[in-house]
Amino acid sequence: MADAKVIPFDDDRSRSGGAQRSARRRAAAGPAVGTAALSALPGQQDAVQAQEVVQGGGEPVEGAQAQEGARRGSWDRRIASGLAFLRRRVTGEYEVDEFGYDKELTDQVLMSVLRPMYEKYFRVEVKGIENIPSDGGALIVANHSGTLPLDGLMLQVAVHDTHPADRHLRLLAADLVFVMPVVNELARKAGHTLACAEDAERLLRQGEVVGVMPEGFKGIGKPFGDRYKLQRFGRGGFVSTALRAGVPIVPCSIVGAEEIYPMIGNAKTLARVLGIPYFPITPTFPWLGPLGAVPLPTKWTIQFGEPISTDGYPVEAAEDPMLMFNLTDQVREQIQHTLYKLLVQRRSVFF
Amino acid sequence: MRRIQRDPDVDRVIAVDAVAPAHQLGDADFVRVDIRQPAIARVLAAHAVDTVVHLDVSGKALGAGGRTTVKETNVIGTMQLLGVCQKSPTVRRLVVKSSTSVYGSAPRDPAVFTETTPPKSLPSGGFAKDAVEVEGYVRGFARRRPDVAVCVLRFANILGPDADSPLADYLALPVLPTVFGYDPRLQFVHEDDVIDVLRIASYEPRRGTLNSGTFNIAGDGVLLLSQCARRLGRPTMPVLLPAVTWVGQALRTVGMTDFSPEQIRLLTHGRVVSTVQMRETLGFHPGFTTSETFAAFARSLGPGLLPPATVGRAVDRLAAMPFAGGTGEDPVITGAGDTQPTPGVR
Repeated sequence: MADAKVIPFDDDRSRSGGAQRSARRRAAAGPAVGTAALSALPGQQDAVQAQEVVQGGGEPVEGAQAQEGARRGSWDRRIASGLAFLRRRVTGEYEVDEFGYDKELTDQVLMSVLRPMYEKYFRVEVKGIENIPSDGGALIVANHSGTLPLDGLMLQVAVHDTHPADRHLRLLAADLVFVMPVVNELARKAGHTLACAEDAERLLRQGEVVGVMPEGFKGIGKPFGDRYKLQRFGRGGFVSTALRAGVPIVPCSIVGAEEIYPMIGNAKTLARVLGIPYFPITPTFPWLGPLGAVPLPTKWTIQFGEPISTDGYPVEAAEDPMLMFNLTDQVREQIQHTLYKLLVQRRSVFF
Repeated sequence: MRRIQRDPDVDRVIAVDAVAPAHQLGDADFVRVDIRQPAIARVLAAHAVDTVVHLDVSGKALGAGGRTTVKETNVIGTMQLLGVCQKSPTVRRLVVKSSTSVYGSAPRDPAVFTETTPPKSLPSGGFAKDAVEVEGYVRGFARRRPDVAVCVLRFANILGPDADSPLADYLALPVLPTVFGYDPRLQFVHEDDVIDVLRIASYEPRRGTLNSGTFNIAGDGVLLLSQCARRLGRPTMPVLLPAVTWVGQALRTVGMTDFSPEQIRLLTHGRVVSTVQMRETLGFHPGFTTSETFAAFARSLGPGLLPPATVGRAVDRLAAMPFAGGTGEDPVITGAGDTQPTPGVR
């Protein structure tokens, strides 16, 4: 598939994100680039290493003052822009779109909160980001897992941080999200909206990248034994929405999210009392209380597959249930297939 | 019934209200009739009225009568008026002022309502229910008199310097109680735009437009309640949702406010409507965006406890602190200059 094309981005990632890691392991040198398992183009890897050497070697030679000055300058600028940001926030002079998406808050605050988790905790590796078009709408369809929807949030950071055209993912969330206080406020500000055909179509027509996890609660709340087995894809509504909006469907496979909370049981009665679709019981939760809610630090891989084009179909195709089922199955197969492939490549759950 | 009567391009404007107007109506004739009484029929017949603009669907408790009187005026008044219109052979056009509150607001609703979106949760009472019922009667009328052009205008929250609505009263509170954990999206429409769109709706349609049907009327853009509070300079006080409901109920029982449950729902979940139909079919382009409308309203209201300018200055003073050489002037410039989109700080 597109593996060969993927490498440059991966190298980019691990160079910017894993700077410390490479510094720590400088003695061991080697390709600190975590993707050695994949057949990288030798030339590119050399170039990356050379760059790192130049950077590392250049530091002491250059005047320390210049470095210091630059750092001060950047700090000053950072403080100034931080204060300008604060000023805009406290005076209310910022824009939100009709879905309540607060781009500034998302970029500056919410992403910064999620990024350490993305880079350091789950060490997310992104492949095939170029499968998301640089302009125009696209529907990203991903598998859903992990008891808590952290995979959606990580997917959002992945698209935001690695896509060259600075695209923002707009996730479609379950209605439960919008019933809960605080959560609904943050979700709206982060650009999420209710998973319904109207909202999805509106966003896609505006040329946004929309993320959907059609498995819904069936996927996220499945027992640990069923990990990486895709559940039924809703009623395939996402396909007809993509068809109506004429945008490509980008299948996306997320590996690693299944193991963050291994759900070994489901307290159904308690869930019914609380009005939630499932109440997870993991080896640590609820036994250890809030400490048990800390996810396991698994290593994640997010792979975007080849986009499935939908613009070749006539208008009435969105009403054709047979075509819907076929396309849904095609997307599902592709995600499942990629999941298996990534699982085979994976060395361990945690590394 | 406010100011539409001022437009002079028509032969004759007849204003009808139950109370005498506070300001000059110019050339318009004023007839003091309560639309709940059949006397309205005589007005229509006597003047061979061809266009009826029904504005008396009000969200505000008028005087002592409270909710019951308002409901009576809204619903019975509309029924009466529609009954009269149905009998009147001269009526060609009917414009009804409604509200976007007919959509209700619930967490399970789509983010943006279009004219055809069915509401997930019908408003249980209060003004919104009146509006739903009024619209129902108007639809019935449109069915029985297909020769009459019927235009229903669903206005978002009307604000402006003279705004007089429950929401305006709410925003005028010194400290805004908000529902904890929710930040509703609100849309506003300016009073002047209301008059303009009523004029468009009550005349013959312009070329390429159609002014019968149902239209959402709202200014461009969306404001969050937290944004509104900050722009007004009013501190917010988050209250847990159950507490809000109880307190609202208690205050209503005592008769202090007319803060209906549907109002609380609006301030919990918010509501945004699509204005595509308004632009493309009705051909109306509002002169004020949501935030301009709000700015006009905020100006008329005067500064709150924490005016944005003061808060902004406080931030600037904070900015002045780390830089030793900063004169009084400097940080203001920094702050102002950086208001332009800064390159992402990552």
